[in-house]
Amino acid sequence: MNVKILYFASLREAVGQASEELALPEGVASVGALRAHLAARGAGWDVLAGGRNVRAAVNQRMATADEVVQEGDEVAFFPPVTGG
Amino acid sequence: MSTVSFSVSVQEADFDLGAEMAGLAAGRRDVGAMASFVGLVRDANEGSGVSAMTLEHYPGMTERALEEIVAEAGTRWSLLAVRVIHRVGRLEPADRIVFVGVAGAHRGEAFAACEFIMDYLKTRAPFWKREDTAQGSRWVDARDSDDSAAARWSEAGDDWDEIEQRR
Repeated sequence: MNVKILYFASLREAVGQASEELALPEGVASVGALRAHLAARGAGWDVLAGGRNVRAAVNQRMATADEVVQEGDEVAFFPPVTGG
Repeated sequence: MSTVSFSVSVQEADFDLGAEMAGLAAGRRDVGAMASFVGLVRDANEGSGVSAMTLEHYPGMTERALEEIVAEAGTRWSLLAVRVIHRVGRLEPADRIVFVGVAGAHRGEAFAACEFIMDYLKTRAPFWKREDTAQGSRWVDARDSDDSAAARWSEAGDDWDEIEQRR
C-alpha cells in the first residue's frame, strides 16, 4: 500500500523533508500505526513519538490515531496550529 | 428568499478593510448588522521583540478547513454574508494577518458568529507562525487558551483532533 506523507512547520524541519511517497509495511494501516512506524526511524523522527503533541490529517481532513489509511491517501503530520 | 454569500481567501497580499466590509452588504437590503475581527502582527510575543513573522500553511487543506468553519457558523446562526481572509508568507509588525467579516439581520448573530469563526480558525485551520526575534527565529507554540476558547462552543469538548497514541 502506497501513501503520500506530508510534514509541516517544526515537524518538517525536524525530519528534514516536506514530503515523501512510502510503501507501508504489512500491519501499518492506521494513522497511529504510521506515526509509530515513522517515529522508529531514529534521529529527528522522535518528534513523532508518543507523548509529543502532534496532529494529523488524512486527505486534508483532521484525523485521529485510529483512522484507517488506504492506498493513495495523503497523510499529513504537523504541530498544533497557530494561525489567526 | 435571501441569498447567502460565504467566501474565504488565503493569500500573500494585504486587503482593503473598507472594501471588504462594504462588500459584505453590497447590493443587498436585508443586512442589519455587520461585525468584524482583524488580527495584526504584534511587535512582541512571550517577552521578546518580534521583527517579522512567516506564516506557513497546508495548501488545499487550509481553504477547505476555513470553508468548513464558515459553513458550520452558517448552520449555527442565520447569517447573510461571511468573508474570511488569511494571509501567508512574511509579515511585519502592524501588518494585517486575518480578517473575518460577518453580516446578518441583527447584531447578536453577527457578533457571535465572528467570535466563533476566529476561535475555530485558531485551533482547526492549518497555519503555523514562525517569528523572528533578537534571540533568533522560533516557531510559535499553540496556546491552551485557544483550545479552551474553541471548546466553549461545544458541550462535548473539543478533543476530536487530538492524536492519542494507544499502546
